[in-house]
Amino acid sequence: MSVSSAFNDEKGGSSSVGEPEYGHDPASGGIFSSDYKRHDDLKEMLDSNKDSLKLEAMKRIVAMIARGKNASDLFPAVVKNVACKNIEDPNQLIRASALRVLSSIRVTIIVPIMMLAIKEAASDMSPYVRKTAAHAIPKLYSLDPEQKDQLIEVIEKLLADKTTLVAGSVVMAFEEVCPERIDLIHKNYRKLCNLLIDVEEWGQVVIINMLTRYARTQFLNPNINESLLEEGSGGEKAFYGSDDDEDEDEEEKEKKAEAMAMAKRKPYVMDPDHRLLLRNTKPLLQSRNAAVVMAVAQLYFHLAPKAEVGVIAKALVRLLRSHSEVQYVVLQNVATMTIKRRGMFEPYLKSFYIRSTDPTQIKVLKLEVLTNLANETNISTILREFQTYIKSMDKDFVAATIQAIGRCATNIGEVRDTCLNGLVQLLSNRDELVVAESVVVIKKLLQMQPEKHSDIIKHMAKLTDNIQVPMARASILWLIGEYCEHVPKIAPDVLRKMAKSFTNEEDIVKLQIINLAAKLYLTNSKQTKLLTQYVLNLAKYDQNYDIRDRARFIRQLIVPTEKSGALSKYAKKLFLALKPAPVLESPFKDRDHFQLGSLSHLLNAKAGGYQELPDWPEAAPDPSVRNVEVPEWTKCSSREKRREKKVEKPFYSDSEGESGPTESADSESDSASGSESGSGSGEESGSGSASEESEEGSDSEEEEEEMEKDNKKKTKIEFKKQTIAPSSTVKSYELLHRITGEGLSVEYCFSRQPFSSDANMVAVQMQFTNNSTSETKSLHMEDVKLQSGMRVKEFAEIESLPAGESATAVMGIDFCDSTQAANFQLCTHTRKFFVSIQPPVGELMQPVFLTENEFKKEQGQLMGMNEITEKLTLDIKCRNEHAIVQRVTTTANLSRVPCGSDKEFAGRTVTSGSLVLVTVVTKDEGATQLTVNCEKMVIGTMLVKDILLALTQ
Amino acid sequence: MIHSLFLINQSGDIFLEKHWKSVIGRSVCDYFFEAKEKAVDPENVAPVLQTPHHYLISILRGKLFFLSVIQTEVPPLFVIEFLHRVADTFQDYFGDCSEGVIKDNLVTVYELLEEMLDNGFPLATESNVLKEMIRPPTILRSVVNTLTGGSNVGDTLPTGQLSNIPWRRAGVKYTNNEAYFDVIEEIDAILDKSGTTVCAEIQGVIEACVRLTGMPDLTLSFMNPRLLDDVSFHPCVRFKRWESERVLSFIPPDGNFTLMTYHVSSQNLVAIPVYVKQNISFFETGPCGRLDITIGPKQTMGKTVEGLMVTIHMPKAVLSANLTATQGNYSYDLATKVLVWDIGKLNPQKLPNLRGSLSMQAGVPRPEENPSLNIELKIQQLAISGLKVSRLDMYGEKYKPFKGVKYVTKAGKFQVRT
Repeated sequence: MSVSSAFNDEKGGSSSVGEPEYGHDPASGGIFSSDYKRHDDLKEMLDSNKDSLKLEAMKRIVAMIARGKNASDLFPAVVKNVACKNIEDPNQLIRASALRVLSSIRVTIIVPIMMLAIKEAASDMSPYVRKTAAHAIPKLYSLDPEQKDQLIEVIEKLLADKTTLVAGSVVMAFEEVCPERIDLIHKNYRKLCNLLIDVEEWGQVVIINMLTRYARTQFLNPNINESLLEEGSGGEKAFYGSDDDEDEDEEEKEKKAEAMAMAKRKPYVMDPDHRLLLRNTKPLLQSRNAAVVMAVAQLYFHLAPKAEVGVIAKALVRLLRSHSEVQYVVLQNVATMTIKRRGMFEPYLKSFYIRSTDPTQIKVLKLEVLTNLANETNISTILREFQTYIKSMDKDFVAATIQAIGRCATNIGEVRDTCLNGLVQLLSNRDELVVAESVVVIKKLLQMQPEKHSDIIKHMAKLTDNIQVPMARASILWLIGEYCEHVPKIAPDVLRKMAKSFTNEEDIVKLQIINLAAKLYLTNSKQTKLLTQYVLNLAKYDQNYDIRDRARFIRQLIVPTEKSGALSKYAKKLFLALKPAPVLESPFKDRDHFQLGSLSHLLNAKAGGYQELPDWPEAAPDPSVRNVEVPEWTKCSSREKRREKKVEKPFYSDSEGESGPTESADSESDSASGSESGSGSGEESGSGSASEESEEGSDSEEEEEEMEKDNKKKTKIEFKKQTIAPSSTVKSYELLHRITGEGLSVEYCFSRQPFSSDANMVAVQMQFTNNSTSETKSLHMEDVKLQSGMRVKEFAEIESLPAGESATAVMGIDFCDSTQAANFQLCTHTRKFFVSIQPPVGELMQPVFLTENEFKKEQGQLMGMNEITEKLTLDIKCRNEHAIVQRVTTTANLSRVPCGSDKEFAGRTVTSGSLVLVTVVTKDEGATQLTVNCEKMVIGTMLVKDILLALTQ
Repeated sequence: MIHSLFLINQSGDIFLEKHWKSVIGRSVCDYFFEAKEKAVDPENVAPVLQTPHHYLISILRGKLFFLSVIQTEVPPLFVIEFLHRVADTFQDYFGDCSEGVIKDNLVTVYELLEEMLDNGFPLATESNVLKEMIRPPTILRSVVNTLTGGSNVGDTLPTGQLSNIPWRRAGVKYTNNEAYFDVIEEIDAILDKSGTTVCAEIQGVIEACVRLTGMPDLTLSFMNPRLLDDVSFHPCVRFKRWESERVLSFIPPDGNFTLMTYHVSSQNLVAIPVYVKQNISFFETGPCGRLDITIGPKQTMGKTVEGLMVTIHMPKAVLSANLTATQGNYSYDLATKVLVWDIGKLNPQKLPNLRGSLSMQAGVPRPEENPSLNIELKIQQLAISGLKVSRLDMYGEKYKPFKGVKYVTKAGKFQVRT
């Protein structure tokens, strides 16, 4: 099968010199035949009738490819033989392989064939073939991105697949082709969560990463209250909070106070689907696959309530036992996590202790983690550990350790002096690199409180005699210049020595000598005037132009002459301005805006194809989009039911109710063959190949039968199209006020769910609340008055509604595509109330799924009288796409046309099924054109009015 | 996902390349070679590198680099884990993962790579599934193949791929049905100069060798499962059963596999089986140093310590070692500066000792640091954590299998600081 890749081998025969020859290709020597002849005989063999010859030919091609030879001209012959004939083979494995070969050929001519084959395979009865179809989707997409729309249709179909075999592959295709189509996931979300544990490892990783993104768009931040409180109390920086809390103005504070108040009013309740995801991924922390563990860890880090994130620490620490590459990646992620969630890894402090045998890059990362974990309680242990590291032979590591000590000293005030003393001791270290690094770090530390440490500065001044590392010398000189007032006696002397050695110094040191001279000149010109001039003169003739420039510049600035301008007055301010102390912070700070575990996070740069991790929404989108209705027609034969049950309980997902191993073993092998997998023979032990064959045959018959039913289901669903409603928040209306109703109040809303018993009816959900003190009995409706053609399906009588309780009921009304009211009496056991329900025009339709092309085509047929256009200016608040979509879908029960360039929505009226097409085209400054195309002009006119109102409000 | 794979040997030759999408020129590896050059030590090459148009993710296995080329975002661990799986598969198929072996089995290697990855996404990585499709080479078969032009591609279809338990072949048959489990525990520890434990933990693994007919369903239970603090399982283990009953319930793969790895809770004090008395010093005057190491038993639970070995990475200034060992042999590699003392069995009556002088390079300052000692050891018939398997039950099949459990304790990353 490796043939395919060779077709793309543009390089031709490039076997490097000295590389021995491999493969059994008899013609490889190049002596026997020229290139074309060799291929000729292979072609002949491929075209022959004998399978053995074909096989031999294929083998030779594989061998050729193994040596990097170009076999691309053999491609037609191979396609003819391998792919096309086998794509209809009765054996599923052969069908799958044929598709794989076909889809691996990257030649544009075969795009249509490939598309056909993929579509065919996507509804194959064998899940393995469907899996292969999913794999083929990204291949075709990369070959011809034009096919995106059609491919999305296939992806949508495969996403609905219930087998674990397909799940991982189709989500991978989804991520490559249309990761922005998060709406396709809604209906499959719960199923994916439930299948997850049985999906193969690689699929698990892809699904978990995708679901992390999904959850960020659909659920609320579980830490919202905490983060608000924290922000409010000005304590620790909030985890997900904004970074700009340093200079927050009044307004912002008010906002926060408001939000806090709101948070208090509305306690956070986790969406059950959010919980489902967390619960179902948790066991995967025990996976043997490091990538799976990491995927779950990042999911918890980004999605779980603060109190629950801790569980991932143990698993991540476990990965540190793995290969060094795994350690490298895990430690990078742990380093980012420890900045925000230090407590989580504190118990595992010792697991990050460094061994002399660790590679340097691992050592440095562990050091980073240890530094992040340091706090008042463990700092003494950590510093003791650091002390042993300083003695290491690995000098890069020692340098990193010294920097780490510096960071601990800045972060933890209590140990600042201890650290400083330790570092000062290192100044007498034998190794110059150690001393140099210490000088640099000490310099940074001293900048924080120089007045206390003039003795250290003195000590460092002495070092100039010995230490040769330029960076360290430069640091010392800078320090002495900056704080020359604290060491008034020593500073001039240092300058004297430096002046002597000036010509032999490195450039950075020379620059600092000039600096020191300038500063001393400004503070103590009596003693240093001559020295400064001497240094400046030396610098004037230096070989390096930077130094010459600097000398010229400084001379003009500090030595007053008649020519010198206004600046020299400010020289002191310029040179001796108070400089802010450098901030020593982790390079991993704020890296968590990248999804953890991703390549982008590791590189701290956005990689191609990286999908941003969205921020939590302010308000949760409608959770009912994930509801999957169990359609009525599933009430079928008992066999169907049995199967259904098995599907719910996939083979290896250990449902809680598993009673005993014996039973489970039995039911397992049974269900394995039954659970839509079509594997049949797979688990039958010890059966010969002949019986396998026959069994498979019988099994596939069954399958086909089922597939037919499946297809029926699908067509019905397609007809109804209820699954794709991006239904927004549902508005409720009052039917009966509690005063008029004498304690009984009724509200109704258009639930936008299909009314199950009659597809032409609009479902109206009513909520009855008994506010009185006595029980209300026998709630029902009577005396329905309707315009001609309208029909009503009454709600089932509510026999009793106790005081203070609420009940809901659903009724169906066929409004005949008009907004005329349905009038009826609402009766209790004592009273009757006249009520009426009048639908807004937007509720008279239900969404349909159209591709952009279909939309454009349909629109073209609804021109002229059927098209109504209005110009409007959008309300400031709703100029972004999201707001527009939100408002339109709230007003009318329509669905957004995916990936349309404009904002297009489509639906059908409930009764007659007439198409309703809405287009919103936005231009600059909120100028907008709204177009509605609908056969029913009345509906169109009313809809335009309603949407107009919604958009301009 | 994964675009291409290059195999590179230690001297920097690319000896195999495989592309799953379009061909990417070998020149992309130059960025890697540059990084390798800079890192000096091969294990210090960053596993993830960024180049202008690609990302390179590599692993080092044995002496080979597996270098993959990536074009878009993908979790780095996903690639790393997969590359290790490729190396494991080679090991499994050819018994070794070296340049020579890979070159000898080039056709099989390509067949494997083709099956393991489809368009850059992992397809079949279970050894059982792969072996159904591509048979591992045997001497006999390669002779036959050369003579007849046959291949290693299996004649039967890989039905395992279709199964919900892809790790087990269908139709397994044995005349001797047996299931063996090795409980292997490793002590990771750092001891300081005075012999005090800085940190110590026990990591365990249960390796299984199961050759059972049909579709057996096994249940392995422990006397003291509470010892296990953190576990990771082969996909065959039913996690819910473990959660609720602390037993391992699974349909095993056929052959050798790692059933679980575990970590023993850190509350338990870890028994350190040996103590080390050491004195390594470098003299201020004169180019020499002294070394004196004695090892004795500490907490061995009455068992014998075997396979004792001490490895020391000496400072660069140490030119040679002139030592005498009361037991075992020592060797000093001048190039790598590694001193290895192979002791063997530890005799409590006569403690092994290694002492003598180290000669140093003249004129170089005395090394500031003392090298640390890495210790290897092995204790048979003992799981140092005290973990014990209580029973193994089999359901689903009628025959009686042979069962066996073996315990071994080893030193993992066991280091003594000096």
